[in-house]
Amino acid sequence: MSYITKPSARHPRLPSNAVGLTVRDYEGSMSTLCAGCGHDSVTAALVQAFFELDIEPHRVAKLSGIGCSSKTPAYFVSEAHGFNSVHGRMPAIAAGANAANRDLLYVGISGDGDSLSIGLGQFCHAIRRNVNMLYVLENNGVYGLTKGQFSASADIGTTSKRGEVNEQEPIDPVNLALSLGATFVARSFSGDKAQLVPILKAGLAHNGFAFVDVISPCVTFNDHEGSTKSYAYTRDNMHEVIETDFVPLRAEIKTDYADGSVQAITMHDGSVVKLRKVTEQYDPNDRSGVVDYLSETRSRGEIATGLLFLEAAGADMHGFQGTVDQPLVDIPYETLCPGSAALDQLQAEWR
Amino acid sequence: MAHDSSHGVNDFGLKIATVNGTGSASANGLLLQALFRMGVPVSGKNVFPSNIQGLPTWYEIRVNADGYTARSPDFQLVVAMNPESYARDIEEVVSGGWILYDSSRELSEEFKRDDVTFIGVPFADLCVTRFDGSRTRILMKNITYVGALVALLDIDMDVVKGMLQEKFATKQHLMEANFIAIELGRDYVLEHFDCPLPIRLETVDATKDSVMVTGNAAAALGCVYAGATVGAWYPITPATSVMDGFTEYCNRFRIDPETGKKNFCIIQAEDELAAAGMVIGASWMGARAFTPTAGPGISLMTEFIGLAYYAEVPSVFFDIQRAGPSTGMPTRTQQGDLLLCVYASHGDTKHIVLFPGDPKECFEFAVAAFDLAERFQTPTFVVSDLDIGMNDWMIPKLEWDDDFVPDRGKVLSAEELEQAERFYRYLDVDGDHVAARTLPGVHGKGAYFTRGSGHDKYGRYTEDSDEYVEVMDRLLKKVESAADAVPAPELHTVEGGSRLGLISIGGCHWAVLEARDQLLRDGVQVDYLRVRGFPFSSAVERFIDEHDVVVVVEQNRDEQLRKLLLLETNCVKQKLESITDYGGQPLSKGVVLEGLAPYLEALAVEVS
Repeated sequence: MSYITKPSARHPRLPSNAVGLTVRDYEGSMSTLCAGCGHDSVTAALVQAFFELDIEPHRVAKLSGIGCSSKTPAYFVSEAHGFNSVHGRMPAIAAGANAANRDLLYVGISGDGDSLSIGLGQFCHAIRRNVNMLYVLENNGVYGLTKGQFSASADIGTTSKRGEVNEQEPIDPVNLALSLGATFVARSFSGDKAQLVPILKAGLAHNGFAFVDVISPCVTFNDHEGSTKSYAYTRDNMHEVIETDFVPLRAEIKTDYADGSVQAITMHDGSVVKLRKVTEQYDPNDRSGVVDYLSETRSRGEIATGLLFLEAAGADMHGFQGTVDQPLVDIPYETLCPGSAALDQLQAEWR
Repeated sequence: MAHDSSHGVNDFGLKIATVNGTGSASANGLLLQALFRMGVPVSGKNVFPSNIQGLPTWYEIRVNADGYTARSPDFQLVVAMNPESYARDIEEVVSGGWILYDSSRELSEEFKRDDVTFIGVPFADLCVTRFDGSRTRILMKNITYVGALVALLDIDMDVVKGMLQEKFATKQHLMEANFIAIELGRDYVLEHFDCPLPIRLETVDATKDSVMVTGNAAAALGCVYAGATVGAWYPITPATSVMDGFTEYCNRFRIDPETGKKNFCIIQAEDELAAAGMVIGASWMGARAFTPTAGPGISLMTEFIGLAYYAEVPSVFFDIQRAGPSTGMPTRTQQGDLLLCVYASHGDTKHIVLFPGDPKECFEFAVAAFDLAERFQTPTFVVSDLDIGMNDWMIPKLEWDDDFVPDRGKVLSAEELEQAERFYRYLDVDGDHVAARTLPGVHGKGAYFTRGSGHDKYGRYTEDSDEYVEVMDRLLKKVESAADAVPAPELHTVEGGSRLGLISIGGCHWAVLEARDQLLRDGVQVDYLRVRGFPFSSAVERFIDEHDVVVVVEQNRDEQLRKLLLLETNCVKQKLESITDYGGQPLSKGVVLEGLAPYLEALAVEVS
């Protein structure tokens, strides 16, 4: 990805967060994506989420695969280590990294080509493994860097910029994640920062694989009439089923939710996610109900958005494994090496 | 087939032919261990099918007082328990040898040979009469042939019984059944045949400083001792037992005593691609991580291997080679992945590769691999094979120095970063071609972007020719500088030198050594070098220079080691000759001697 340093000038009255940083401290280098790219709005939402959560930049690990979406980790939290890996294989890097150091905050940024075609297998298995990370899929239905081929999320009947019509069934990552047992499944729109920021914050607080599908229009190859992932189409057909608010642990948590339609879910770290149903019959804790509901909205051509499903309790990869609480990278070698006496003892059995 | 009279006490080859999945493996293991405990040098080679139940399987045991453990050049005794493979099994016995078979069914005339002795024991009938239940009868039939061999070969019955007592300490009824079966076989043979045979055992004291272990178990233990905490893998023959071993030893040595939780993390990945990615991810965080696989797995991992090479992420890969290409013969051995591992991935890449020759080196090289990977910040391979990895080898006891300190390479601490003005990931500040690295989570100043795309020495994305070339050139020098850090070649030379040199690699060593010893006894002077690491030490090129003819012995069709020597040294091409053996069996000295014959003739005039 390209590398252009941003000027470090900042407004003297920019507010600081609890760790003494301003929102500018969570930015990265200058984006080299096309002007108006949805991905840059996702980046802005991520910057805002990190700032508001008072996260120490160096405790974040940012990962991606290959593609336009995968360039974006360079554009936020410059003091975090980043890993721009190979196409479709970011989940494996994230799983291995998390296995070694469970204390960092992992953010994976992927795209529809990266996650739903070349990396579909790794995406599925990261969900099954419940790797503790925020996984953002910047979904635009198209391959940008290779000039506009359909991706696996392109809807039937959608047309490419060159006029071809997609005839193949799309892969819906939200549906897929739900069927694979994902414990946090959300969908949002890059153009809706008010909705996206609290979802990203909740995803960062979630203990396990937090999946956020973000419809993120490609201004160059997929923002025309005939596309179902353009700004216009998404705005017109987006249907928020649930409003999300996120209350971090440090903030005062009010035990009294006046409005009966607000559901409060306490996360692993003690923070609270508040979900307000926009659609009355929607229950974000009922997996099969959510699947049915999404299927209905989809048949109507609507895009249901919000934190669609949440199961806050449960084991992540380390819980399944029974790993120690301390990050493996922090265990001293003396503890890891059994030593010569143990070797002699073991070898007595090899006779 | 000429009668070989040189075989006798503590010196013979035995082959056991059975049906896969009938429990013969544990009977054969019992037999091998009994001989070892009698103090007699032994080796066992399991020749098994890629199958769970039903296909023919063989177990070869070599007893050799001199301690030669390469595959037995011939077999004096065959235990033929599988009628389906009678024809080839009976064919395999040397003239004057013996065939022990199940006489419950009469042996067809077509199999009979008049230059060998047939010893018929009605194993099936004995077991049907004595045991109930078909499963028990099948299992116990294996133990009865061990009993027959106890009598025929004069195996110490107390040793065998002692082992059964250990094995079945908590399962009294199984122990009793095994005792009965052993005695059934022994007593029948004692009653009907002259015992023991001229080939037989005698208790000696030649194994007290040795242990019996597979290369995969030893490699796994090496990973534990190296301090590896993350292992990722996808099941594959013949590498699976590496992770089985790592799991076993971690559960034994790595459980936190206070919490009962694990000081390790083993991930069974969805495929080898993911396994490689997990290793790289864990290593990026600063853990020692590895993956065991075989050739097909390396093929799948090559994209990630290139990333680890270019982004300089330490990572350790075990390739337990099997016969390729493609699926090939998964249960047969080969050295067909030498070039694959050395140059794995697209673009210009070159890797550090270690070639253990036995389980002892699997242990030692596993430890060394993590040190090399971290010191040179690059993928490092331990290339073993099915023969070393899955067969039981008699090796000198492993040793461990409690003062060992792992070489973690150049990793900057939070304090060093705090004091540093700036950090640039790929800047070689001291001229040793290795730049310092930082670990995520340590300090904001250490942050950088790990990437497989073009980057300059500062770690920034680049598409600039000079900046790209500068990094690529340093990478080449870096890996080449490992030539003196990898295990040095093992040299066996004659006084005054020889015009003929041998070079081999990996498990070929033992057959080559045995063949060379025989030549030396016959007055033929041959020098020998075993390659143990890549990049090649300068001693390898020197060895070739000092000899007129150098014959390279290896187990692949395409002379991969010979070609690698031609590519990576300045040797004269015409000097390098080749002996290849790639049928999938462990090497035996006969192949080496036969292959050498033409070169010996050519040099004979000068030698005499």
